[in-house]
Amino acid sequence: MATITLNSVSKAYDTNVVLQDLNLTVAHGECFTLLGPSGCGKTVLLRLIAGFETPDAGSIVIGDTPVARAGEDTIPPDRRDLGVVFQEYAVWPHMTVFQNVSYPLKLAKVPDAELTEKTMHAISLVNMVGLEKRLPSELSGGQQQRVALARALVARPSIMLLDEPLSNLDANLREEMRFEIKELQRTLDITVFYVTHDQEIALAISDRMAIMDKNGKIRQIGSPVDIYEKPNDLFVFNFMGVANFLHVNESGGVLRAGTGEQPVPWPMPESFAHEWVGGCRPSDVIIERPGKGAGVLKGTIKRASFLGAMMDYLVDIDGTFIRTEIETHRAVSQDLVFAEGETCDIAFHNLHWFNAKQLEEATE
Amino acid sequence: MSIAIKKESGFGTAQIILTLSIGILVVFVAFPVLLIFWNAFFDSNGSFNITDVVKVLSHPETYQALLNSVIIALGTTTGSTIVGTFFAWLVTRTDLPYKKFMKGMFLVPFMLPSFIGALAWKMLLSPRAGYINRFFMDSLGFDGPIFNIYSYAGIVLVEIMYLFPFVFIQVCGALERMDPTLEESARISGAGLGTITRKITIPLVLPSILSGALLIMLYSMAHFGTVAVLGIENGIFNIPTLIYERIHQSAGSFESIRTGTVLATVLVFSAAFIIWMQNKILGKGRYQIIAGKSFRPMELKLRGLKYPLLILCLAYIGFTIILPTVVIFLVGALPTYGLPFTWENLSLENYKFILFEHKLTKDAIFNSVTLGLSAALITMFAGVMISYVIVKMKVRGKGILEFLGMLPFSVPGSVIALGVILAWSGKFGINLYNTVWIILVAYIARYMAFSLKANSAALEQVHDSLVEAARACGATMWQALKDIVIPLVRPGMFAAFFLIFLPSLRELTVSIMLYAPTTRTIGVAIYTLNEDGETVTSAALAGIALILIIVGQTLINRFSAKYTNKR
Repeated sequence: MATITLNSVSKAYDTNVVLQDLNLTVAHGECFTLLGPSGCGKTVLLRLIAGFETPDAGSIVIGDTPVARAGEDTIPPDRRDLGVVFQEYAVWPHMTVFQNVSYPLKLAKVPDAELTEKTMHAISLVNMVGLEKRLPSELSGGQQQRVALARALVARPSIMLLDEPLSNLDANLREEMRFEIKELQRTLDITVFYVTHDQEIALAISDRMAIMDKNGKIRQIGSPVDIYEKPNDLFVFNFMGVANFLHVNESGGVLRAGTGEQPVPWPMPESFAHEWVGGCRPSDVIIERPGKGAGVLKGTIKRASFLGAMMDYLVDIDGTFIRTEIETHRAVSQDLVFAEGETCDIAFHNLHWFNAKQLEEATE
Repeated sequence: MSIAIKKESGFGTAQIILTLSIGILVVFVAFPVLLIFWNAFFDSNGSFNITDVVKVLSHPETYQALLNSVIIALGTTTGSTIVGTFFAWLVTRTDLPYKKFMKGMFLVPFMLPSFIGALAWKMLLSPRAGYINRFFMDSLGFDGPIFNIYSYAGIVLVEIMYLFPFVFIQVCGALERMDPTLEESARISGAGLGTITRKITIPLVLPSILSGALLIMLYSMAHFGTVAVLGIENGIFNIPTLIYERIHQSAGSFESIRTGTVLATVLVFSAAFIIWMQNKILGKGRYQIIAGKSFRPMELKLRGLKYPLLILCLAYIGFTIILPTVVIFLVGALPTYGLPFTWENLSLENYKFILFEHKLTKDAIFNSVTLGLSAALITMFAGVMISYVIVKMKVRGKGILEFLGMLPFSVPGSVIALGVILAWSGKFGINLYNTVWIILVAYIARYMAFSLKANSAALEQVHDSLVEAARACGATMWQALKDIVIPLVRPGMFAAFFLIFLPSLRELTVSIMLYAPTTRTIGVAIYTLNEDGETVTSAALAGIALILIIVGQTLINRFSAKYTNKR
């Protein structure tokens, strides 16, 4: 079984501790994404699994084989049966597409006929047929990325490690490639460990994902829906998309928006042990003309921006600011095109209560 | 899934390569240099003795040689910096006609051996026999020679002619890569051209000027050829020529070795100091704006000065490059030195003689070519390996290698020659003295720096992920090296090969201290023939050397141009 297990792994460069006491298990056949801000140590984790780095403490097990244990000799990367795609492509400039892709098979001493067949199959998987005689210098960035992908796939490794493999592509190609990767993972039944800082890709591609903070600590592991809808803490919430924070004051056992008197129209958190802040996405905010319903907050439009498909409003509610968006056609048809300075009613589809102290740390 | 559990042993390939690399640098470079320090500071009983060092240094002759080295180096550096900066500015920042051609011509002295240049100037300006002096005395009725080349001024002028490209090329590069918006924004702010030059341009290129100047200083301090050809006649010795004189005259007596090693130590420390200064100037990173791509710089209109300056450039090129080269070939075609250059006097006899009949010159050509090829091959491969460890490998103990790798850059040729004499003359069980092998060993040490530089530069272009990708594909370290690294650094290796092979064809400083009657090199043969008064044979051989060098250089330029186009 192609599982990856990390037991209490630590890694430091001189005095800079990158990972500390990290535990993680990737199940066979799943697409697991490690998502975190740049510089948080995700790539280090991938390099530890690949065998380019050795852990200072802890152990790494692939399948049933311990491949690295601190203080002992490790199994070198060439014997770990992995496919790796690097962020910077790492396509060899002196070899043609065919030579690049067939290299793992050549090393495995696969007979010529089989080598050609498998190589061409991998090339066709990434839609590069007809370009196999080209040199990398004659390919676009996206094409080079596909070559790297084909090269990682060709020897049918049971595990693929992908480090931001789509970061250098334009938006259209990125979307297309992310479906291709997902499709390949399903059809070939391989385990994929995917490292990225792009929330959108992570949500789209993962079976499960882990969120890593800038100190290399994993904050939450779960399915994309879980993580988006039930964030463990404010860091995860903030990292997963545009975040609004509704500041509140407490008086008479009720949380009131901003510095004003209006009670927040959402169930109170379970305890009043500390200060709270309400988190919501722009899409979680309901905006209406004043006086349409009860259980709403009154606010003033501070800024109205037209973004094409969406209208974007910044609303002032007694000194706290909330961003909301509404589809343009709905805004037009339902008379929700506001001008700056107009008043409005605000309600919520969803609101998460967080410890306000986390806010500083998360938005640092 | 299955993983073959076969673990790498504790003493892996990485350690073997590291040990081998350290071994090569220790044996070829560090050991000889250490022996020099040892012989300089410890007396025959093996006890530390600093008073002897002071005694050697205060001896009038050594003291004078030190002083001469400094005087000549300062003169040469000042002159070359002025000439180099001026021409660099002229070909990059003005509307001078034929700039590209000029730039190419100003770089020619790079490949011409300066001692052959010195030889040519001696033929032109020696006080009694020099053609120019004779022309002024015989035809124009001057009482005495118009210029005596056997003087400080003569030595400095000849060195300037051959060393100024060091500054020229650095300053050209800096001026070409400088972002013109820096100057344009000054102009918009209301600064005149004079102010811009003073306040913006010069401060920005100053690091390049200084770095080139220090390179010339380093080179001139340790320079043997010109001083040997032009100075010895009038008793002007600098450090390398005095080391040569002492070792040569007294056949390896303790006293002369002592003087030699003390002088060599002074050279090594000055060189190390100069290199340290240079790194400090370049390494500050304050001038990041000069980097990367070329811009189209602002050009100054020369207007009325355009043609006078063009004539100046052409005169300079004609006088310093064409004239000496032509004289070498013409003198090589004369039956006796001193005859006028008339058609009846000129023939190819000397060239035929040295190429087909004279054993000494035939041997010398053979020796230089085989030594150059072997040194270039060995040093190229050793350089790839050592640079690979330094640039690419993560292995404990690399720091030692990085330090040792710096060493070849700060050890001048005469120091290396003296070091290999101390190391390989039988004292330590191996006696290579008077054989061709000792010259090979010295060449390897001398040219290691070139190889390290070219190969490290090439290796730095090979991104780590290219090798890691190969490892992830299942390649062992050796396979990744063979399939990925070597093909990608091959241009660097070729560069290293030629950077060693061509200069070694004309090498003089090292071989002059190490040659035996049968192991003369081309440089030694030219020098000794000239010393023995066989000026025409010497000139003919110098001509052959020039042809070899020019043909070789042209081939490389072709090759590298083709390669860069392909990429």
